[in-house]
Amino acid sequence: MSSPVQDLSVLHQRREQRLMLALALPALLVILLLVVLPVGWLAWQSVYHNGFTLENYRRIWSEDIYWRSFALTFQISLLVTLLSLLLGYPIAYAASIAPKRWGIIILALVVLPFWTSVLVRAYAWLALLQRTGVINQVLRQVGVIDEPLALVHNTFGTVVATLHILLPFMVLPLYATMQQIPRDLMQAGASLGAGPMLTFWRIFLPLSLPGVLAGCTLVFVLTLGFYITPELLGGGRTIMISMLVSRNVELYDQWGAASAVGVVLLVAVGLIFFAVSRFIPLDRVLGQK
Amino acid sequence: MMIASCCRRALLGVSLGVCFGALAALPANAQQITFVSQGGAYQKAQTVAILDPSAKKLGITINQDSIPDAWPAIKSQVASGKPTWDVVDVPTGYCLRGGEQGLLEKLDFSKLPNAAAMPEAYRSPYSVAYEFYSSVLAYSEKKFSAGAAPNSWADFWDVKKFPGRRALRNHPIATLEAALMADGVAPDKLYPLDVDRAFKKLEEIKPNITVWWTSGAQSAQLLNDGEVDMVMAWNGRVSALTKEGAKVAYTYNQGILQSTSLCILKDAPNLATAVRFLNEAVDPVHQANLPLHIDYGPANPKAFDTGVIKPERVAQLPSAPENAAKQALMSYAWWSSPAGEAAEKRWVGFMQR
Repeated sequence: MSSPVQDLSVLHQRREQRLMLALALPALLVILLLVVLPVGWLAWQSVYHNGFTLENYRRIWSEDIYWRSFALTFQISLLVTLLSLLLGYPIAYAASIAPKRWGIIILALVVLPFWTSVLVRAYAWLALLQRTGVINQVLRQVGVIDEPLALVHNTFGTVVATLHILLPFMVLPLYATMQQIPRDLMQAGASLGAGPMLTFWRIFLPLSLPGVLAGCTLVFVLTLGFYITPELLGGGRTIMISMLVSRNVELYDQWGAASAVGVVLLVAVGLIFFAVSRFIPLDRVLGQK
Repeated sequence: MMIASCCRRALLGVSLGVCFGALAALPANAQQITFVSQGGAYQKAQTVAILDPSAKKLGITINQDSIPDAWPAIKSQVASGKPTWDVVDVPTGYCLRGGEQGLLEKLDFSKLPNAAAMPEAYRSPYSVAYEFYSSVLAYSEKKFSAGAAPNSWADFWDVKKFPGRRALRNHPIATLEAALMADGVAPDKLYPLDVDRAFKKLEEIKPNITVWWTSGAQSAQLLNDGEVDMVMAWNGRVSALTKEGAKVAYTYNQGILQSTSLCILKDAPNLATAVRFLNEAVDPVHQANLPLHIDYGPANPKAFDTGVIKPERVAQLPSAPENAAKQALMSYAWWSSPAGEAAEKRWVGFMQR
């Protein structure tokens, strides 16, 4: 290869990079204006109120209600993430191997609930799960139970409804990844004598991991911020961290008391991802094409 | 009514932005004020009963605005130095807190003869009570027949004599009062609340509380669907159910009488007119008109002497003298004192255990 040609291609690449940057600029500006600045402002409020103060953080550190809520929030998030993976993986798998038309139908069914608001779905779950709700009535009439089960106004109801809302966020990235896995790899495995289980385990599953990670990340992070669902279906006992944020606005009368909780949550999530990335090369897995 | 009482407190973060702007320019010579309440059926009822008649009588224009939770907006408007609102109708506790924090105009009661004639417990240096509602003991008539229904907080706490599922509000205000009455404290001897005793009593009933409700709509739904058999709820919520034919009832006995109040923002743009309106808004006749449109009681007791409200209607109202005598009058002064704020902060810890 002669050097002028190389120079030309480098030049070309640079120009393309510049064009890409220009195209991304509006989105970057929006993020700066709507995400970075407000978050920065909130973080500032949490340490500045008539002078520099760490009072808001001292409170979070010293009062155990915050620890309990953080612990509960992370437990619920983890649980919802695992359950949505267990439920979502087979759905995405089925959609990716089914004939195209069926795949689309399956995905449409997954996405359909998106068309109703979170609030409406919370009430729908209430109608299903409460004592006089559909599920308890059916179970009683069939004779499976004598006394209605406590399916809602607790953590169980919260988890069920949250799971339902967030399942698409697991299925869609999984499906996107699975669709890109070349089918001939499995055939190659089979031709070398591996059974369906083995080809799945050794070939398909590892190749679908980027989707698993993306889905888990989305669901986990989204659950951390859930507010309406635990508020309506938790019966008052399931106090997730977002509820403490809103309560602190009311109770302490300044944004700082609430935003400090948000900052701690943000930092905790950041630390978790940092820790995870030590074990799993996130950038390589997610960067896979 | 649904919206009004659901927004009595703290439906946070919904629509702070709704109300700013828009109200800037009108001719300066016409006297006008901007009045803010909580919207919904509640604000419509006021418009017919109080706001329109007051505007007509005083020859002023009343611009209306509504917001579920006015408190953050009051704070930021006053902090900006140029508030756009004049008079707000908010839960009385906010008036007291706002007064303490210098967000409200101190009232000169010599300019407010109607307010000055009201009982002292119904006003503060910064506010005048505007209407009353009550946190009452409500129950399902399917579960309890009229003769054998729970009639006091002691009954609510008595799970042997009155078996059934229960709900309380997920909030210390009025709930601590109920606990103390269940423990034998007389309705007129509640304040200052013995907070430790109240929480101890609440621990006792806690295993039997199915739901700690957060919105007024939820309290009504729970009772209506038979999800619980008895509940502490706002009277307007329960009477709305009975109007729809639900088999539910409530008692004013040991109810906790609560109010919203009117107050004026510090440096309000139309201060003098605002004061005139404030006095007019608690005029006995306007006040008597309010319960003809919604299930809230007038704040001015003289409304009951006007003859506007029929006797059978009087009997249904939380602030009617006969009903008020059976109830505890909420002390917002106590709740906004350091002891009250400390009690409020204990609540989440109690719920988590």
